[in-house]
Amino acid sequence: MYDVAIIGAGVVGGMIARKLSAYQLKICILEKEHDVAMGATKANSAIVHAGFDAKEGSLKAKLNVQGSVMMEQVAKELGVKYKNNGSLVIGFDDADRQTLAELYTRGKSNGVKDLQLLGAEEVHKLEPALSSKVVCALYAPTGAIICPYELTVAAIGNAMDNGAELKCDFEVTDIQKTDEGYQLVSGKETVSARYVINCAGLYTDRIASMIGDDSFSVHPRRGEYLLMDRECGTLVSHTVFRTPSKMGKGILVSPTVDGNLLLGPTSVDMEDKEDKETTAEGFAHIIREANENVDGIPMGKTITSFCGLRAVGSTGDFIITAPETGFIHVAGIESPGLSASPAISEYVADMLKEQGLSLKENPDYNPNRKSAYAFREASLEEKNRMIKENPAYGRVVCRCETVTEGEILDAIRTNPKAKDLDGVKRRTRAQMGRCQGGFCGPYITELLAKEMGIPYEGVTKFGGESMINVGVTKEGK
Amino acid sequence: MTDLVIIGGGPAGMSAAVAAYEAGIRDILILERDSALGGILQQCIHNGFGLHRFGEELTGPEYAWKYEKKVRELEIPFKLDTMVLDITPDKVITATNSEDGIFQIQAKAIILAMGCRERAKGALNIAGSRPAGIYSAGTAQKYVNMKGYMPGKNVVILGSGDIGLIMARRMTLEGAKVHAVCELMPYSGGLARNIEQCLNDFDIPLKLSHTVVKIHGKERVSGVTIAQVDAGRKPIAGTEEFIPCDTLLLSVGLIPENELSKSAEVELSPITSGAVVDQDRQTSVPGIFACGNVLHVHDLVDFVSQEAEIAGASAAAYIRGEQGEAVSIPLETDGIIRYTVPQILTAKKDVTVYFRVADVYKNVKIKVLDGGREVLTKKRQKVAPGEMESITLKQEQLEGVKRLRLELEVL
Repeated sequence: MYDVAIIGAGVVGGMIARKLSAYQLKICILEKEHDVAMGATKANSAIVHAGFDAKEGSLKAKLNVQGSVMMEQVAKELGVKYKNNGSLVIGFDDADRQTLAELYTRGKSNGVKDLQLLGAEEVHKLEPALSSKVVCALYAPTGAIICPYELTVAAIGNAMDNGAELKCDFEVTDIQKTDEGYQLVSGKETVSARYVINCAGLYTDRIASMIGDDSFSVHPRRGEYLLMDRECGTLVSHTVFRTPSKMGKGILVSPTVDGNLLLGPTSVDMEDKEDKETTAEGFAHIIREANENVDGIPMGKTITSFCGLRAVGSTGDFIITAPETGFIHVAGIESPGLSASPAISEYVADMLKEQGLSLKENPDYNPNRKSAYAFREASLEEKNRMIKENPAYGRVVCRCETVTEGEILDAIRTNPKAKDLDGVKRRTRAQMGRCQGGFCGPYITELLAKEMGIPYEGVTKFGGESMINVGVTKEGK
Repeated sequence: MTDLVIIGGGPAGMSAAVAAYEAGIRDILILERDSALGGILQQCIHNGFGLHRFGEELTGPEYAWKYEKKVRELEIPFKLDTMVLDITPDKVITATNSEDGIFQIQAKAIILAMGCRERAKGALNIAGSRPAGIYSAGTAQKYVNMKGYMPGKNVVILGSGDIGLIMARRMTLEGAKVHAVCELMPYSGGLARNIEQCLNDFDIPLKLSHTVVKIHGKERVSGVTIAQVDAGRKPIAGTEEFIPCDTLLLSVGLIPENELSKSAEVELSPITSGAVVDQDRQTSVPGIFACGNVLHVHDLVDFVSQEAEIAGASAAAYIRGEQGEAVSIPLETDGIIRYTVPQILTAKKDVTVYFRVADVYKNVKIKVLDGGREVLTKKRQKVAPGEMESITLKQEQLEGVKRLRLELEVL
């Protein structure tokens, strides 16, 4: 019997797990996929929003501004890259100027610090690569960038180091209420918990209906992205948004904490919660608008494209509610969910306390986690000491991103352990560079097979039937 | 201080090392990131290598061994599993391996021989899902030939580069079904002999002016949609065809790997993606030379070896301080001829100029012009982007020449 079961190992579930692991609680995170951070968490704009977007008085506004303030410290404790690069919302005409003034007022009222409205000259000075057609901007110096799956892996790893458990490939298909709490069923396996937190992203409505709650629904909204080579990462230094319109927020151009350049997202309402396909129209849209915002984007330097599905709730705001004592929904966490996630975790902890869960501090709690980038960020002497101690740090496996065998083995051995090629990629950046794993894929496959004690052809890209190899050659037999 | 450091122990690096040794240099070090010498030839177990150079058909490993044997006999030092992290313009090399940790070497001369990599799927923006089962042809070749595993059983290949053609045959021989090779262009980028021996001999259809417009499948590829493209290379609506398959191999171009050249501030050509070099294969940074696929992508390893020998011998001359009378004759092209290597002549001596054309042309005249004057002309029955061409200029033809221009005239 767990004290708390968290359904969904995305950034929201992860941050809640970490928060709760500071208390004397038996926690279990249940994830339907083979790894953590597999839903909206792994494919979004990777922005810590300042908080001027959400409507005054909404939960989105409140938790965004709080979360954005907390994020730097959280990132520091978890050893996660965080860059306070500032955001610019650019305008092209008087109508945009008007909207930006409204956003400025809204931001002020939401409690966003240091907002400024800029004229043409100021904004071009601040961000020289902007299109000459840009005439005004809203500048939010508190805007920042972070890697959402790095944050989630770290938060869940930290929660696990502090005692939380993680069950992957555990898709909750039924929930039974018992005298002591709930039984969560996945196939033949059952997990019992006194409290359940529903952070199942796109499937939070399905989980809710398992306890007879049909008060909200969640639908997917597609967002496609293009990721450019690290050569392009310095083209802009700020996150460049367009002025929002009836058509949505438009295509942003942003550096990432890893030094790439990110373009996107498109915004298309969908029905199928599993349809993460990119489209030719989407690519064309991204390219057209990105080129309107910023001059000189070298589109030939695209290294990958991907699609994420935002979990859009039916109320327009975050849905963080308790339909009954012992059950909490954390649903409809679309943008600014990543930014809000640290604040959401505190909000949920408070709700649990109100429901009578005793939150006694865990005396062994350690908020800090060793950075997955400890080796690459070390000094030359420190690196040489580490190589001497563990020669695997001297062997470069991923040439494009300079990732060593030691770092890959760390990712396979550290909570939450990487179990497939994509898991290694998200934890180490190996295979994430310009060759996209062409050179290092076969070797990482070997490391995974050896470490996990499985056959070479048993290694997958991301679990399930995503086999890398489907058999052996004639000679291999 | 080391006289000559060679970055890369593939065919280019090894040939360059042997040539520099034979030109009298003894203080040589080859740095190789893989655990063996030979570079990509290690996984090219098919034959056809060495016809020009040795007059016999060798496999990739056999060809590589000819040079590795020499390197070993001459006791030219090399470090394996050693990755070069940085090169400065004043030729300080930073590298890492398990034994030495991170270390630095000051070189008198450097030869860049890092080879190339395959263009990845990301650069193509193919719509659809991102399941397992999409590999570059070279990666698939590594799984099959080096690891003994089959990355798929039902295959579609996008791009008709040589590795793609070779893998079409290789996968077929291993019992896989290759349904089609799609090529965006109206002609193949591969060698004519590979189309004959790897596709036609196995009845594998080559679909010219076709591309993959969508990838299907959630966990593993379940199929691809292909379509015909128009003259502007845009898919033609209504020509879509779904092919069920579990694997998509990409052979859509090779890109010289010049990240280290950039750190050394070597000037790169936007057309070749390799260094701009003179007849000695010396780059814009004195004492840094380049050869092989890091300089420009070759069709045949025989020409890589030849080019590397020029670089090796020239690096030796540089180390000894032998520099001839300095001239500067730029080599321009008309765009129909896409590029030349070398791009500039800095000494008056016999020189073979290698070049590639932008499209397929029949019955052409290649003209080397000095202003309006024809220095040299040559006729060719057929030229194609997939086959590298060359033209040799004699020292005396360079007398009084200020700049040269290569033009192609269709007769």
